[in-house]
Parts: sequence; C-alpha cells; structure tokens
Amino acid sequence: MAENILEVNNLKMHFEGKRGFSFGSETPVVKAVDGVTFNVKVGESVGLVGESGCGKTTVGRTVMKLYEPTSGEIIFQGQDISKLKPRAMKKYRSSMQMIFQDPFSSLNPRHTVGSIIESSFVIHGITPEGGVKEAVRGLLAKVGLNPEHINRFPHEFSGGQRQRIGIARALALNPKFIVADEPVSALDVSIQAQIVNLLDDLQKEFGIAFLFIAHDLSVVQHISDRVIVMYLGKIMEMAPTFDLFLKPRHPYTKALLSAVPVPDPKIGRAREKILLQGDLPSPANPPKGCVFNTRCWKAQDLCRTTVPEVLEIAPSHSLACHFPE
Amino acid sequence: MSKFLEVENLNVSFPTEDGLVQATNEVSYSVGLGETLAIVGESGSGKSVSNLAVMGLHNAGSTNISGHAWLDLPSGRVDLISAKPEELRALRGKEMAMIFQDPMSALHPFFTVGKQIAEAWHLHNTGSKRAGLARAVEMLDLVGIPDASKRVNDFPHQFSGGMRQRVMIAMSLINNPSLLIADEPTTALDVTVQSQILQLIKDLQKEFNMAVIMITHDLGVVAEVADRVCVMYAGKIVETGGIDDIFYQSVHPYTRGLLASLPRLEQSSLGHRLLAIPGTPPSLINLPNGCSFAPRCAFAEHVGSGLCTSTTPKLELKREDQWARCHLGASDVSRISQLQIGATING
Ligand SMILES: Nc1ncnc2c1ncn2[C@@H]1O[C@H](COP(=O)(O)OP(=O)(O)OP(=O)(O)O)[C@@H](O)[C@H]1O
Ligand SMILES: Nc1ncnc2c1ncn2[C@@H]1O[C@H](COP(=O)(O)OP(=O)(O)OP(=O)(O)O)[C@@H](O)[C@H]1O
Ligand code: SF4
Ligand code: SF4
Ligand SMILES: [Mg+2]
Ligand SMILES: [Mg+2]
Repeated sequence: MAENILEVNNLKMHFEGKRGFSFGSETPVVKAVDGVTFNVKVGESVGLVGESGCGKTTVGRTVMKLYEPTSGEIIFQGQDISKLKPRAMKKYRSSMQMIFQDPFSSLNPRHTVGSIIESSFVIHGITPEGGVKEAVRGLLAKVGLNPEHINRFPHEFSGGQRQRIGIARALALNPKFIVADEPVSALDVSIQAQIVNLLDDLQKEFGIAFLFIAHDLSVVQHISDRVIVMYLGKIMEMAPTFDLFLKPRHPYTKALLSAVPVPDPKIGRAREKILLQGDLPSPANPPKGCVFNTRCWKAQDLCRTTVPEVLEIAPSHSLACHFPE
Repeated sequence: MSKFLEVENLNVSFPTEDGLVQATNEVSYSVGLGETLAIVGESGSGKSVSNLAVMGLHNAGSTNISGHAWLDLPSGRVDLISAKPEELRALRGKEMAMIFQDPMSALHPFFTVGKQIAEAWHLHNTGSKRAGLARAVEMLDLVGIPDASKRVNDFPHQFSGGMRQRVMIAMSLINNPSLLIADEPTTALDVTVQSQILQLIKDLQKEFNMAVIMITHDLGVVAEVADRVCVMYAGKIVETGGIDDIFYQSVHPYTRGLLASLPRLEQSSLGHRLLAIPGTPPSLINLPNGCSFAPRCAFAEHVGSGLCTSTTPKLELKREDQWARCHLGASDVSRISQLQIGATING
C-alpha cells in the first residue's frame, strides 16, 4: 500500500470575526475548518468538494501553511509541519505547490512569463541543469504553450493559457504534491477540458499527488481517485470516487449529486431530484449537532443535539451521519 | 401563428479604440408563450448583448443596433429595436422582464426589499403605498420566501444569494410579464440552491404561461430547463433546434465538440481522456475569414476546396426543425464523426 504524502489530523482553522455590534468581549469566530482528518497518498489525486464557504480553500491554504492552523496536525512527508515557522517551512516549499482559480490575479502583470516561472527557481536558489532559460522553455512546452512566447506578458494570453502558465510555475521545482484550487472554474467550457486533460497527464506522468478543490462534481469525478465532501467546515463523507458517485451514503452527498444538472435531457427527465430546503447556514453560527440538520430530510432529535462522528463504514469509505442511507 | 418574441437578423456592434466589436451577427431566434428557449455559448459569444438589445437596455449613443425584435402583443406587433425609449419603458416590467447573474447589483442597498418590489408595481399600476406593499408580500410568498410579511421589511444584505435571486424574480414578475429573460440567474449560486431557483422559474412559467429565455453557459442547465436551444459562437447562432435534437443529434461541429468535451457524472468516465476542442475562440474585432469556428474545427478538412476558410456558412435547415451554420450536411457530419471515433479508438 502506498504511503501517505500528506496526513491531516483534526485540523482546525478558526478566523477571528470582525468586532461587530455585539457587546462584551466576545467576537464571533468563523470556524472555517473545524476538525478535519484525511490523508493523501503518494501520487494520489484526492478531490475536495462542497458548496461555497464550506472551507475548501481554507483547507488547501492551511495545508500549504499559508495560514497558521488553530490546532491539529499536518504531516507532510512524515514530518509535522503544522507548527513550523516560515523559515523552517522553506525546505518543504519546493515539494508542495498551489494552483489558483483565478489565473488573472495570480500572475504579476508587469513580469514576463519567463520571469514569472524563473522566480520559482530564484526564490529557492536552485539552478536547474542546462540553465534557467532552458528549463523555463521546457516547462512551457510541457504545459502546451509555445516556448517562443517566453518574453510575453500575462495579458497577451487567454484565460486557459494563463492557467497553463500558473501550472508551469507550480511544476518548476518538481513538486510531489499540488493543491489545485478550482483550477478550471474560471475557464470557458471548451477550454476546461484542455486543462483537465493536462492535469490528468501531469499527474500520471510525474506521479504528483493532488488535492483537487472544485465545486463542479463532474470535473472532480473525472480527475480524482478519492473524494472528500465537506459541509460547513466539516467532512461529511469520504470515499473512493466510484463508490461515492455510485452509492453515496451521506444525505448531503446524495442531495449534492442529485442537484448537479446533467447535460443529458433524457436522464434529467427520468431522475428524481432531491430539492433541499433553505440555504446554507452561516459558518459563524453553525447549527448544533449535525451541521447539516437544518436542511436534512432525515434529521431527528439526535441530529439536533449530537455531532455525528466520522466513522469508517467500509474500507476507505467513511462518513459522519447518525442515519446514513 | 407567430411566436411571442421574434428576433430577426439582430446585429449589435460597439465601436472601440481597438476597432469595431461585432458582438452579434445576424442573430435570429424566437420563443412562444409557455416555452423555454435556452441560449448557450461561451463567454463573449453574444448571449447578453442580444438580449439587452431586446430589452432596449443598450446605451444608444455608443452602440450600433440593426434588425428587429417583434413582440406579439394583443394590441399588435411592436418592433422593440425601432421603438421609442418611452414605448420601451412602458413595456419593460409590464410585458417583458430580465433578471441577472448578480442580484445584488440590481438591488439598492439602502431600501427595504418590500419598498423596491412595490416600486416595480407602482411603475405600472395606480394604487396606494399599502396596496403596493401588500402586493410585494404576495410576490415574496409566491417565490418561496418564508415569513414574507416580516421579511418584506428587511434590507438586501440580510438575504442570502439564493434569496436575493428570489427577490429579483418577485420584482420582475410583479406585473405578470409574458416574457422573462433570465441571464445566468444561477451561475453565482451553489448547486443545491441553483436547483431550487430553476425549479421556481419552471413552476412560475407554468403558472403564468410565460415565455422564458434562459441564458447560460452550462449545458446541464440547458438540458434541465429548455424546450428549444440556440448555440452561439463568436457572435453568431451556429445551431438551433429542439432540445433532444441538439443533445442527441447535433449537426454543428462546435455543438458536438462541446458535448463531447464535458466530463460526465452519469457514465463512468473514469480514466477516459476528455475530448477537448483545441484552441480558443476568436477575437470579435478580427474574425477569421469564412467560418468563425474553422481554426478549431476537426471537420473543416473534410470540406472541399478551402470552403470553410473562404466562405461564411449560412444558417441552413439541416434536418426537420434544426438549423446549423456549417457547410456540411447532417449526414456528412455523422459519417465523419464515425470516422473520427474510429481513428481515436485505433490510436
Ligand atoms: N481570511 C479569512 N478571514 C476570515 N474569514 C475567512 C477567511 N477566509 C475564509 N473565511 C471564511 O471561512 C469560510 C470558508 O471559506 P473558504 O474560502 O474556505 O470556502 P470555500 O469552500 O473555498 O468556498 P468557495 O467555494 O466559495 O471558494 C467562509 O465563511 C469564509 O467567509
Ligand atoms: N459596451 C460594450 N462595449 C464594447 N464591447 C462590448 C460591450 N458590451 C459587450 N461587449 C463585447 O461583446 C461581446 C459579447 O458580449 P456578451 O456580454 O453578449 O457575451 P456573453 O455571451 O453574454 O458572455 P458571458 O458568458 O461572459 O456573459 C464580448 O466580446 C464583449 O466584450
Ligand atoms: S446526522 Fe442526521 S441531520 Fe445529519 S445528515 Fe445524518 S440524518 Fe441528516
Ligand atoms: S463550416 Fe467548416 S469549419 Fe465551420 S463548422 Fe462547418 S465544417 Fe467546421
Ligand atoms: Mg474556495
Ligand atoms: Mg453574459
């Protein structure tokens, strides 16, 4: 069995809220990530899905140590990095990289593509074999860009091409693990498939492990070996992709899957939809007990008082629900 | 019988510093009462621009518009493109209404939602303030806001994204318009909320027998709501037809390409490569000669004598009730597809 590249234990990331109109010294705290435990194996692609504000990006950024976690462990390549200071983090930085949703704002508009990618080497004081320029050209080719365009600026590229630049930058130091935060959400439909294929190829070719964050379940299904479903800062269900999509056990997973519009009218007409009532509660004020209980059609008294534990119900399949499907 | 809205040869262009942006080009579509037309296409393909023209919402000074958009009113047909601003004002909200992706930008932050919804009613009705507010409560209730008589006094920021979209729907439908244009109404919403809003629009359409135009880039949403579909690419309609025709026997290579490129939930696409369309959409200032899709089209090489790169195809009837802007016929397209699938499988 492959070993873990990443192990996350009971990770919490709470943000101090703004001091509002409330009296006293209490400030509302947003429990963006509230006790999540999961692992990513070497070379594995794990999808992280859930609705807006459930904490996906925060998980990704905390794992990358872009935030100081409130509590919990982040074990990367066998070493707990959760409490490491930035300087001590430096030697891990090259092995873990992040790709962002917005290829526009994550690239410095005043730097050429070449210098954007070069900076990865410079920051880490690494001189690649054959020189930096050659390495950058090689990276551009690898992500399907024309190496001749090395001196162009980000605005001279389309959205999909800019996302390729972001990917090239992330690949520069041969990372073993990449957090990809909604890497195709901002792209046009006809371009999404190009980028999904590229990530797919890179993962296979270089054995890079991915934490693939997305709200589009069909993309996640395509690219992930395993999927984690989050709701309001907590993990609801976690399973191999095939099992999760074929036989979801958590009511929320079931509702989420059923809400995805399928691009096939006959299937759409035939299937029964679960229409959830109401909206997502605020993560500053999550419901007591099971956080999903305000929208769950199976909720009973127990759900409103007692938080369900995450339990393994089958090999690699765990979920948090008192009354699973 | 004429349809409730008939758009005919609509051209919208914007003069800019870089040149003339031909945002829509000879666009024609129609929608009947009780019917849903989906307009689908990538960013910048001209979906919003065409419908803003129908609503008369473009800045007259900086926009060139030609063509017609006939509204079939009991009092007679009106061309919205040549109508005077005051005529349009009288029709907007009363006969036709539009909702947008971002409801917050359409709502005023300093007034209660009740006041704003009532305002939309007062524009076309004479009645007391109290009557307006009562109507607002009725509408909020209709669109599924719990506790409507209390929430009517809340401000927009006190509502979630999905509830704000409900408020917008309440406001746009308060005068019982016969046409609702919904421009990406669920794009900013989560999937579980999206399916609530789509269901709401469907229910209201049925109840009031409205014509609905649903603008979206999501083929899943199209499949879920549409009776008919227009596929747009680079400012032109490249294919139009009934929902099943578009999804199961599309003729245009772009439509086929889009459908093939989607990762799908239902079938296990695990381990398969997606069939991506290569390249990117062209600039609207400098469209390629001939077919706008030619630089990305895998079918072009099967068309003789460089026709695709020299001659712009017209929107032609390819099959019963199905039009496509392509030099190939329906049978050519399916034959070539078979060849291509064969080639992919054989390596
Ligand atoms: N730096 C921060 N300070 C305070 N609150 C934050 C911060 N970052 C995120 N949050 C809050 O934490 C919660 C989780 O946010 P996060 O961005 O992780 O969600 P997400 O799942 O990535 O959502 P989306 O799909 O919209 O990207 C939200 O309520 C958000 O407002
Ligand atoms: N006022 C304007 N001035 C100049 N160009 C404009 C103007 N409004 C729109 N355009 C251009 O017209 C084209 C069509 O725009 P439109 O808004 O209709 O696209 P769309 O299909 O609705 O795309 P999206 O999915 O991004 O909303 C785009 O290239 C856009 O940049
Ligand atoms: S614990 Fe209860 S409320 Fe939560 S998902 Fe399970 S049944 Fe629903
Ligand atoms: S006209 Fe030619 S280039 Fe255009 S879609 Fe048809 S085959 Fe492709
Ligand atoms: Mg996020
Ligand atoms: Mg638009």
